[in-house]
Amino acid sequence: MINKSLVSITDYSKDDYLKILQVAAEFEKNPNQKLLEGKVVATLFFEPSTRTRLSFETAINRLGGRVIGFTDANSSSVTKGETLKDTIKMVTNYADLIVMRHPIEGAARYASEVASVPVINAGDGANQHPTQTLLDLYSIKKTQNTLDNLNIFMIGDLKYGRTVHSLLMAMSYFNPTFFFISPDELKMPNEYKFFLQQHNIKYYEYRDFMPIISEADIIYMTRVQKERFSDPIEYEKTKNAYVLNNSMLENTRSHMKILHPLPRVNEISQDVDENPKAYYFTQALNGVYVRQAIITSILGMK
Amino acid sequence: MKDKQLIVNAIKNGTVIDHIPAKSLFKVISILGLQEINNQITFGTGLESKKLGSKAIIKIADRYFLDEEINKIALVAPQAKLNIIRDYEVIEKRVVEVPDHIQGIVKCVNPKCITNNEEVKTKFNVVSKNEVALKCHYCEKITDQDRIVII
Repeated sequence: MINKSLVSITDYSKDDYLKILQVAAEFEKNPNQKLLEGKVVATLFFEPSTRTRLSFETAINRLGGRVIGFTDANSSSVTKGETLKDTIKMVTNYADLIVMRHPIEGAARYASEVASVPVINAGDGANQHPTQTLLDLYSIKKTQNTLDNLNIFMIGDLKYGRTVHSLLMAMSYFNPTFFFISPDELKMPNEYKFFLQQHNIKYYEYRDFMPIISEADIIYMTRVQKERFSDPIEYEKTKNAYVLNNSMLENTRSHMKILHPLPRVNEISQDVDENPKAYYFTQALNGVYVRQAIITSILGMK
Repeated sequence: MKDKQLIVNAIKNGTVIDHIPAKSLFKVISILGLQEINNQITFGTGLESKKLGSKAIIKIADRYFLDEEINKIALVAPQAKLNIIRDYEVIEKRVVEVPDHIQGIVKCVNPKCITNNEEVKTKFNVVSKNEVALKCHYCEKITDQDRIVII
């Protein structure tokens, strides 16, 4: 993976995943390692994403690197009509690595072809966000002590949620059983179910998770957004079926953990936050270690 | 009209592309870039065909195609047949096959794809050949047979 861009979760093999997770664990033990001293990393955010940007910039700062870049397209020359190609060509002159977020799908792949330095995709529209997937894997491994043979519940918007699609692809190496729980309008797309069938991975689809919640090792919550529904009445009817509150967790497994890519709105009640099974804030912190591992692996330091 | 007649004149040397669906004739011309070359080209369209209903045929004098060139037309003329002509004789017959990769030619179906927003040449991996399905190299969305638009 040295000097190779990370654009899509499928750019990495199972061995690559395991290597990143192992290096991330080292950074968790010792986060301040000045491996990036003298290096410049560009964080180009063509659309704002405070959470992802702060996580990357924290990772770079803890490694002793310098950050250049912009936080949204309005503060870059995009407003003057500069093409993505020209922006990337220019930044390539200055930085050793580019981290970019862009609202257009495929922008990161294109940038990786134009740039002479590696590009890390920090989200390209609804397409890919591979560092999120790797931090999800890290969180699963850390809380379950394994990635193998787990029951993974995915709840909420399974149609448009790119995080669940990428996690599904990445977990396919580890013989999981998936439980997809969503309203009819937001079911897991057929192409992903077909992928699972091809790989002999079991999955079940439900509209309601309460009867089966005691089976879960991991509950991966996503937000059900009103604008995804063609029929607003359907939204009103279903919205409360995909909200997790503390009383629902009574009969769950002791090691079960709740993950969420954040930001959360109301799909996890605040009364869950104090439950030791709530893991989403630690999950976000894990993102810093995982991004340290990705950056140093790409730059050939780990 | 019992007698079989050549509606389009024979060529001495070159390539005959037959069994093109009539509606795809101009797409084939454009995919092969025939409008750009100076060779003698004759074509007929609206010809009767048992298989296709209405077919077109193109004869290109003194021009032969590599497989990778000609396979591009499989997207719009999957049943096309090629006759390679030398000295008025058919010396070889070929069929077209959907290639594994396609560059240019097809538009990505996703309006939010980079190829529809900046000057980036489209690139696809062919993930299914019977029912043609193209996966965009950039946005990773699938463009299927019914939604293929030739650029």
